[in-house]
Amino acid sequence: KACTPNYSPGRGWPCFNTDPMLKRDCFEDILEERRNSSDLKYALRCYAPVLYKGVTPCKANMLKNIVLQSDQLHYVINQVSQESGEAPDIIQEEASVILEEMAHRLQISTVRCFAFALSKAFKTLFQHVCVNEEGIQRLQQAIQEHPVVLLPSHRSYMDFLLMSYILYTYDLALPVIAAGMDFMGMKFVGEMLRMSGAFFIRRSFGGDKLYWAVFSEYVKTMLRNGFAPIEFFLEGTRSRTCKSLTPKLGLLNIVIEPFFKGEVFDVNLVPVSISYERILEESLYARELLGVPKPKESTSGLLKARRILSEDYGSIHVYFGQPVSVRSLAQGKVNRSTYNLFPRHIPRKPMEETQSFVNDTAYRIVRLQEDNMVLKPWVLMASLLLQNLEGLELSVLTEQTVWLRGLALSYAAFLDWPDQAPTAKVVSSSLALHRGLACVSGDRVSLVVGEPLGPVTPEEALFNRAVSVLSCASYRNQVLHVFLRPAMLAVAMHTAASSKKNEVYNCFSFLWDMFSNDFILCPGDTVQDFEEACYLLVKTGAVQMPQQDIVMTDIGQPTLSFFNGLLEPFLQGYQVVCRYLCEEASEGLTEKQYIPAVRSFAVKLILAGNLRCYEVLSSDMQKNALAALLRGKLPTQKALLARL
Amino acid sequence: MASDSNSSESQRIAQQRLRIIAGHLQKHKDDDSGTIATECKAEANKGTVPRKRQEIMKWNGWGYSDSKFLFNKKGQAEFTGKRYRLSGMVLPSLQDWFENTFGASVNHKSPATPALNASAVPPASLNEAFVEDLKATGIPFSHEAEDRVFRAHGHCLHEIFALREGKKFERVPDMVVWPNCHNDVVKIVELACKHNVCLIPYGGGTSVTSALECPPEETRCIVSLDTSQMNRILWIDEKNLVAHVEAGIIGQDLERLLNESGYCTGHEPDSMEFSSLGGWVATRASGMKKNVYGNIEDLVIHLKVVTPRGVIEKSCQGPRMSTGPDIHHFILGSEGTLGVVTEVTMKIRPIPEYQKYGSVVFPNFEAGVACLREVAKQRCAPASIRLMDNEQFQFGHALKPQVSSIFTNFVEGLKKFYITKFKGFDPHQLVVATLLFEGDRERVLQHEKQVYDIAATFGGLAAGEDNGQRGYILTFVIAYLRDLGMDYYVVAESFETSVPWDSLCFSLLLSFFRVLDLCRNVKERINRECKERGVQFQPLTSCRVTQTYDAGACVYFYFAFNYRGLADPVHTYERVEHAAREEILANGGSLSHHHGVGKLRKEWMKESISSLGVGMLQSVKDYVDPDNIFGNRNLL
Repeated sequence: KACTPNYSPGRGWPCFNTDPMLKRDCFEDILEERRNSSDLKYALRCYAPVLYKGVTPCKANMLKNIVLQSDQLHYVINQVSQESGEAPDIIQEEASVILEEMAHRLQISTVRCFAFALSKAFKTLFQHVCVNEEGIQRLQQAIQEHPVVLLPSHRSYMDFLLMSYILYTYDLALPVIAAGMDFMGMKFVGEMLRMSGAFFIRRSFGGDKLYWAVFSEYVKTMLRNGFAPIEFFLEGTRSRTCKSLTPKLGLLNIVIEPFFKGEVFDVNLVPVSISYERILEESLYARELLGVPKPKESTSGLLKARRILSEDYGSIHVYFGQPVSVRSLAQGKVNRSTYNLFPRHIPRKPMEETQSFVNDTAYRIVRLQEDNMVLKPWVLMASLLLQNLEGLELSVLTEQTVWLRGLALSYAAFLDWPDQAPTAKVVSSSLALHRGLACVSGDRVSLVVGEPLGPVTPEEALFNRAVSVLSCASYRNQVLHVFLRPAMLAVAMHTAASSKKNEVYNCFSFLWDMFSNDFILCPGDTVQDFEEACYLLVKTGAVQMPQQDIVMTDIGQPTLSFFNGLLEPFLQGYQVVCRYLCEEASEGLTEKQYIPAVRSFAVKLILAGNLRCYEVLSSDMQKNALAALLRGKLPTQKALLARL
Repeated sequence: MASDSNSSESQRIAQQRLRIIAGHLQKHKDDDSGTIATECKAEANKGTVPRKRQEIMKWNGWGYSDSKFLFNKKGQAEFTGKRYRLSGMVLPSLQDWFENTFGASVNHKSPATPALNASAVPPASLNEAFVEDLKATGIPFSHEAEDRVFRAHGHCLHEIFALREGKKFERVPDMVVWPNCHNDVVKIVELACKHNVCLIPYGGGTSVTSALECPPEETRCIVSLDTSQMNRILWIDEKNLVAHVEAGIIGQDLERLLNESGYCTGHEPDSMEFSSLGGWVATRASGMKKNVYGNIEDLVIHLKVVTPRGVIEKSCQGPRMSTGPDIHHFILGSEGTLGVVTEVTMKIRPIPEYQKYGSVVFPNFEAGVACLREVAKQRCAPASIRLMDNEQFQFGHALKPQVSSIFTNFVEGLKKFYITKFKGFDPHQLVVATLLFEGDRERVLQHEKQVYDIAATFGGLAAGEDNGQRGYILTFVIAYLRDLGMDYYVVAESFETSVPWDSLCFSLLLSFFRVLDLCRNVKERINRECKERGVQFQPLTSCRVTQTYDAGACVYFYFAFNYRGLADPVHTYERVEHAAREEILANGGSLSHHHGVGKLRKEWMKESISSLGVGMLQSVKDYVDPDNIFGNRNLL
């Protein structure tokens, strides 16, 4: 029995980055081995991962005891007891109940079951599951040196099963995973996940001091002792739009604190980018965003699950990024000695300096995740199709896709373009895989609109169309991080009153602030992002910068108009929200009423033929637009409207 | 050990005589200076340290010229001389340990320059008027190169390394004066003020903070004021258990002289063979037996200090006063920036009836720290309790002398078997605490039992008196070992800090301490920095907890590496030490527990005591010494 997976190096997946400046690793297909040998043997093989400084793994029960006995928890228990008048014993009991509900019960036998079942499932669902092995080697090294925190992107329920599956495959320590309590709704599944390393946290526990204390102590205890890598999703929830979500800071704060307090020498943050060629939840997400109820989970649901199993979901790429040392990041930014004057077991709100460091770190990690997301040709095609909703000639689409490929590569996109295949083949096979979204009839490529069963109202037809647009948009969104900055510059150039650099910058900075909920824009990076955008547009010859001006070149038109078109849905969406707030919204509108109200406002506009943008129906965009307005950085709704 | 004199039966006659002399002196205390000065000179110098220090001590290394480690022709290590318990012994395991730990080889020598090259010493720039006036007082002085160079440095790595390499000196004192008593110092300081001469007090020369380095930017004549000849016990007051002593006396002489009268101070810093009483005061020194006797600030009852503004002293010897902030605390730790400490009245104790060493082996460092914390909590620390980490434990073993009898060998083997095989201790994890008990016999035995009982609850096993004693011997010879290392491309240094306990203890296997976190993080930082700075061999990083307090501990680090392949090992070393200090501060450690600040750690003073605190100290300096006569530029 071999203890480590044994792949012959010759069969490596081809590297597909063309920019020699960007060092990205090559991929290995881990399913290839699974297709050639017994899954049972694989599930039962010897598993002996290396651990942090050779710690002996700690039984789940002992871990609970450590947490319950910790000074940190006792302090809070006494505090809560004094405030509430309850006896400490009772609070202690409560704490133990909370912990019981939360804690994982990682068992290797359950993991083996999963390994077997997932092997079967993955082989049916996916063509390839590709992993960068150099990243795995770096991770293995990192696990031995310092406590490791795995930070994968979150696009699908599959993510954490997939992560554990990969780590098991490579004989690495299995992570413990922070999961949302909603999984617990499914009793059996919840317990299975618990036994494969998930621990469950309530979605919101704002004021609950005791809950917070138990939770943070539980996580910190695992981290400090290096019992297992800790895994959680910075984005907090699955992104329904395939755009990265604004990071949540709670857990990151918790895992970084032991470093600031000197309890560990360093903490390694490992960004992991999981890219799906086709997301299992594709149309579910679109429906969710549109507020169309999910189909009921029932026997019919099971039948549907079987349908899922019979479809081809392309391949998955999992890229383990370079471990990021918190120590190096914090160098010169956080003065650790400010932690010296307080007892370490008394919980304290992080200082401002620390908060902004953690916030900054979170954004940087999400950007690292974005950078290593693998993009498929379809992503480029989807971006083009969305700008031509009435459809376009296959030959034109092919030609433009090739053009866009060049642009994407020069902007360092991590594009998986099969070089050996002729372009037409690439385009046609992408269309084939996504035949649920786009179809070729005659010579024209257009979006598929779900077949209505029987007669439908105009509204139903509209929603059907919106589902395909939003599904398609979720692919376009995957490439946005590559084009975002130059695209904002293109829009800024378009809207600015003159070509003076500072005026363009003002427009850019306005867009930057406005979109900071929709996209990952690191706080305080406005100038840097502007410069990057200028650099990229100049580099590709779309823009010239004589003296204090920014002007389009003779050949810049296609690029700039593509970029304007790329952000058009967002601009329109924000505009609609503003119009709604100006024209319709009544005093005392609650947040609950807001979404349906905007939605019906937009539906009316579309049905009246006054609006062609379907993306405004997405609750995600509506929420982000509202948040941008509430942030108050924007002058007033009217002014915003005027500027747009 | 220097203090293991057996003269516990007090020599009444000597004591009597001392008292007569002391009384005699006291009577003349406030007479006019002329008589005192003659008296100063009439007293024969009874101290260990001659004016020409280089006659008995190394000019470019630690300690006595006759005592050093070397690898003999057979490649075995030997310690020469007759002064120490290890002297004249062969240490068969040292070579292996040395070569394995550092990747060094006894075939790769990096010998020191054999003698001082006088041309490398900048010529003395004398203030003629000052010299003329000084001559008139009859106080001895010198401007010979050897004397001046000897007082231009302490024992920092970079200082000793530069001496060994025969590097050119940037700035050394221009002359050395040897006052014989308080009044000599008064005269010297007066003259220095009159002629605007820079004075740098020099006691034992054991500074490890660059405190003795002459500021290169100093353009005035620099005079090194060597207090070594002010080394008498002026009187002993048995009623109040205090002694009045001249501040130039070195630790071993003070202890020896007091022992003759049946007393001791109990203040035993590791450098006590050479360091002086005035130096202890000026740096806030700490002695190994502080648990019984206290640190220097607890021992001092009265101080006499000569400053450019005049002499500071209190008017009485009350054991505690509420008279505003204690002015002694301006002097304690002033590092020679305000004046010269000339006389000190300090507490003395009768020599303890019984002394017993001991040691405890723990399965790991965590358990050891947990035990020390418990001992401190129960306030039952013996006179000394120190915890060596595994690296130091192994190092200690490498210093075991050749065992002649097969029987001892056999017993050693048995012990080892018992601990590692029977008790299951991992030889690469286990650590040892060394103990020293003092007091009357019965109480010592009782105390011993109490401490061993606590140790047992943390998995500690008593490991005998020998191991304990060896630990303390190591303290005195370790400084000599650095010279051996430097002969073979190994540089080494130690530094210290104090840190709160912050204990969090679950079980034997799982305990968290700020102390532990600090030790681990500092070691790791050193290793990482060495790697990043191109050190090609794994460095030795080792630490020990040397003092326990109610609220924390003192931690001492040793750090050494093989510097072959490095262009500028001293610079590399300094960067690593700098990083280590930053790590200490970030982990809640102090800037220094007892070494002081000197010039080496000045940059962190603001961070440590706040800029307001620095301002307070500065204003004292400005008042006491407006012309910066005491211009060594330490501390501020």
